[in-house]
Amino acid sequence: MTKMTDLQTPHSPNWCPGCGDLNIWSSFKNAAVQEGWDSSNTAIIAGIGCHGHIVNFVKINSFEGLHGRALPVATGIKMVNNRLNVFVFTGDGDCFGEGGNHFIHTCRRNHDLTVLIHDNSLYSLTTGQTSPLTAHGFKTKSTPQGNPDEPFNPLALAIISGATFVARAYAGDMAKLTEIIVEANKHKGLSVIDILQPCVTFNKVCTHAFYRENIYYLEEGYNPSDKQKALERASEFGEKKIPLGIFYKSDRPSYEENISQIKEKPLIEIPVDRATAGELFKKYT
Amino acid sequence: MKNTMPNTIISVKIGAEAGQGVKSAGLMLAKLAIRSGYHIYNHIEYPSLIKGGHNVLQVNISKEEVTAPRKVNDILIALNQDTINKHVTEFAGEAGLIYDSEAKIDTSKVPSTVALIGVPLSKIAKEAGNSDLLINTVALGAVTAVLGGNLIILNGLISEEFGSKGDEVVKVNVTAAENGFKFVTENYKQHLKNSLSPLESLSNFVPYMAIDGNESVALGAISAGLQYAAIYPMSPISNILAVLAENQEKYGYIYKQPEDELSAINMAIGASYAGARAMTSTSGGGFCLMTEGYGLAGMTETPLVIIEGMRPGPATCLPTWSDQGDLQMILNAHQGDFPRIVLAAGDAKEVFELTMKAFNLADKYQTPVVLIIDKNICENAQSFPLYEYPEYKIDRGKLNMQKIEGYKRYASDPEGISQRTIPGVGNFFIANSDEHDEEGYSNEESDNRNRMMEKRMTKLKTCKEQDMEKPQLFGPESAEITIVSWGSNKGTITQALKSLENVNYVHINWMSPFPAEALTEMLSKSKYILNVECNYTGQMERLIRENTKININESFLKYDGRQIYPEEIIDKVNNIRSKK
Repeated sequence: MTKMTDLQTPHSPNWCPGCGDLNIWSSFKNAAVQEGWDSSNTAIIAGIGCHGHIVNFVKINSFEGLHGRALPVATGIKMVNNRLNVFVFTGDGDCFGEGGNHFIHTCRRNHDLTVLIHDNSLYSLTTGQTSPLTAHGFKTKSTPQGNPDEPFNPLALAIISGATFVARAYAGDMAKLTEIIVEANKHKGLSVIDILQPCVTFNKVCTHAFYRENIYYLEEGYNPSDKQKALERASEFGEKKIPLGIFYKSDRPSYEENISQIKEKPLIEIPVDRATAGELFKKYT
Repeated sequence: MKNTMPNTIISVKIGAEAGQGVKSAGLMLAKLAIRSGYHIYNHIEYPSLIKGGHNVLQVNISKEEVTAPRKVNDILIALNQDTINKHVTEFAGEAGLIYDSEAKIDTSKVPSTVALIGVPLSKIAKEAGNSDLLINTVALGAVTAVLGGNLIILNGLISEEFGSKGDEVVKVNVTAAENGFKFVTENYKQHLKNSLSPLESLSNFVPYMAIDGNESVALGAISAGLQYAAIYPMSPISNILAVLAENQEKYGYIYKQPEDELSAINMAIGASYAGARAMTSTSGGGFCLMTEGYGLAGMTETPLVIIEGMRPGPATCLPTWSDQGDLQMILNAHQGDFPRIVLAAGDAKEVFELTMKAFNLADKYQTPVVLIIDKNICENAQSFPLYEYPEYKIDRGKLNMQKIEGYKRYASDPEGISQRTIPGVGNFFIANSDEHDEEGYSNEESDNRNRMMEKRMTKLKTCKEQDMEKPQLFGPESAEITIVSWGSNKGTITQALKSLENVNYVHINWMSPFPAEALTEMLSKSKYILNVECNYTGQMERLIRENTKININESFLKYDGRQIYPEEIIDKVNNIRSKK
């Protein structure tokens, strides 16, 4: 049993008033209360950026790593203790800029992690530069003439790279976001949730009002096991045409399910006995 | 050529193109020697190629310990013309050349003192099994005959080596070796020696191991209770991961090949944070990428073992050669200050022992421990008695898996070491790359920053008092010339000492913390100090200067990627004496 007060730390969030990070934080705590996540069964890993401050505001064991490197830290944790629910909080800059290589390989290997991408399409902690998800032509501090680069499509990238649960949510719809976080954690394999959120300080276009105006949920009866369809819907983006929901789901076994050493129990719970290691030495005689 | 070799060390060099099996033939000859009761030192040199190029391996065989390559060869086995051309000046006074008499081989440049032992290697190989791959094995049979080795032991080795490939493969190889042996025995009676005949004491005898540094890292890690290794391939450490990968299911640990070295170190940090004994390994270029994770482990106080196998730099440089130019990088890499324990091994046995020690130190001090080795150590096999470690205890330090009331992960401690726990136990803490307070919450206050920095750095002082070891002394306690060095130069220098009077050697294993007082005391008796290193700027000399008032008289520096030969040390010492 986890109570909302159990998750409280002595520190109040220091994100800007109205920031989507606040909604993601609340939704995650709601999910934690609902599912009973705490320091006895869960670990939170964060990268660097505004999102990374979340470790100070949720009282669950956490690791705030380096910029872009949350995924390999989380991978190491999960491989040696697959009993833990492992959540990775990352930003669009953290995940797709500095951490881009780790992202595609983590998808490819299908580690049993849940990745929450705080997607405000900007580097905000460094006061508003373009990110790998910033729209072409968008003006930022680093692209005053307009962004010359095309953005990644994070959902399509996750699907083709091998992630087995790919969803998009909107930070402002906390009930739905909570539901998707719970679903994602239940999924065995890599779960990626691209969470659209405004940056109230540096992005005056993608505001809460903009998202409320343009998002919709994938229709009932949508079949997330159809990869081609998922890629097609993931490519949709425009006025009144930003789909949300679970785009893709596959039951390909997770990386951890294929490690024979941890079939019985987590690696760190297996007593280490190397008394017979000496046998190995004879090979060299 | 006389029937007895003049030297106590017999050096056999095998040369061929890459892909012709020089390494496996050299290892087989080395094993033949150790199973006959001899010591060996294998020295391999090769370019960064899979096929083609020039590969050579020198097998040094002796009744006494042998720890370095020699400049000269008693027998050269030339599987191609290139081998003769490149090594024609390296024949010992009385030497032999084994070559393929069926191939168009020009021996006109070979000195007349060298016994030409032409063997129809390719013809015998063809008759035995119609495969070029057998040429090696024929040559092994031939050299075994020349050295007076035992064919039964050789055949036993062939059965072990090829057993997994089926009886037919074993049979053709045994035939190839036997026919090579027979040809030499029948045709070159005058050149046969008694250098490799089994020593009398062979009954009830346990042969030495012929083992290199890479293998010793893997065996040391497994013996020390390794639970998780993430290693990206890179010369010269790749064979560490091969041994670890092969044995993971049997011993229950996990080896993972990550996408790059950034991931390698971060995966290992994650695994360690979650409670596993974890390691990674790389060479200098990969260590550049690991630099940020190195400090992350220091900041979050996460135990981590890093094995760094040096090769020449900068950039890609000479990928398959050796160097000692990463010392100052490892001592200084990463922004800011954090406690780093840095050790360096001098041979495969030291690698085994220091790898095991590194895991205990990492757990005790909750900080990264780097063990530096170099390509010569990584890939040159040497004979040692079977490794034993009856005294070793896996020591996880202040790791606590119980629920603790009022737990504080980074609580202050006079030794700088706080109680550690792992996620899943129920003790809340944050491992935070930001400066943090005792529970791990981000904290930018001045007092807190000072306290935390001082707490972390205190660990080095504690380590200096409780674990740091003084340098090792070889030779007389005081001598006219003292050599100071580290890494694989150990074998070269100790071998040279056997031919030198009034010279001793100080071998340094601890780089951080640095045994400044002990070194000062040891060197205070020295009249002339010669520093020996394989890098351009004298990185060890800089470290000694930084930490002591010792005046190094001279540095002998080599940075061409090649191992220092004992002959070079002897020449240097004679040169110093002639100037005095």
